[in-house]
Amino acid sequence: MSTAATISLRVRVLLFASYADLAGSGELEVTTAAPATVADVVRRVRDLAPGGDRMPPRPLVARNQVHAHLDDPVHDGDEVAILPPMAGG
Amino acid sequence: MSLLTRDPIELERLIARVGGPGRGGIATFLGIVRDHQDGRTVTGLEYSAYEPMAEAECARIVAEAAARWPASVALEHRLGRLAIGDIAVAIAAAADHRAAAFEACRYVIEQVKRRVPIWKREDYADGSTGWVDPTRPEARLEASPEHPLHHD
Repeated sequence: MSTAATISLRVRVLLFASYADLAGSGELEVTTAAPATVADVVRRVRDLAPGGDRMPPRPLVARNQVHAHLDDPVHDGDEVAILPPMAGG
Repeated sequence: MSLLTRDPIELERLIARVGGPGRGGIATFLGIVRDHQDGRTVTGLEYSAYEPMAEAECARIVAEAAARWPASVALEHRLGRLAIGDIAVAIAAAADHRAAAFEACRYVIEQVKRRVPIWKREDYADGSTGWVDPTRPEARLEASPEHPLHHD
């Protein structure tokens, strides 16, 4: 067992619309090992959140309120939103 | 000024914001709550949003249009419960000549549909409700081929 501290980061995850209905909540906190990408956060949500397995593996995502790619890095304290198909207009 | 509102949208207010003595043309677009979707009768709906991002994304779209065309652009999107016939979104684009006004207006509505995190839950005549997914096969015929629903 390594004595080196594992660096982990905490991310605030927001869910909306049908995804919030699936999870029964619009917000959760995810802890993951650093370095991590948005895709790692999505994987944690799909594993941990109720109904997470019914969310798509490659959803639309935003990081800190800007559209993001799944392979973008996330940092401690970031806000990641998982976005169902948008239906404005 | 917020681009998201829970109050009824008044197009005249948007027109007043973009018009001016040199503006020879104003193009407007209104998105209206429709009474049917995929063959089902819709009785009302509710818009919700990731509000801070939706507000920022709307502002970015308006700024892009104003940078790309010599036009002044106003945009408002409604949130909350709406009835059939209500205005869901309004755009006014003013320019010295009509081409820029039409093009800027069209750009804004297409980008709003593609990028702004707003969701729509419809109430149906049979008492059920459902989230509208424009990427479902039933809705794809209306999706614009030059604006696919994925990120670049």
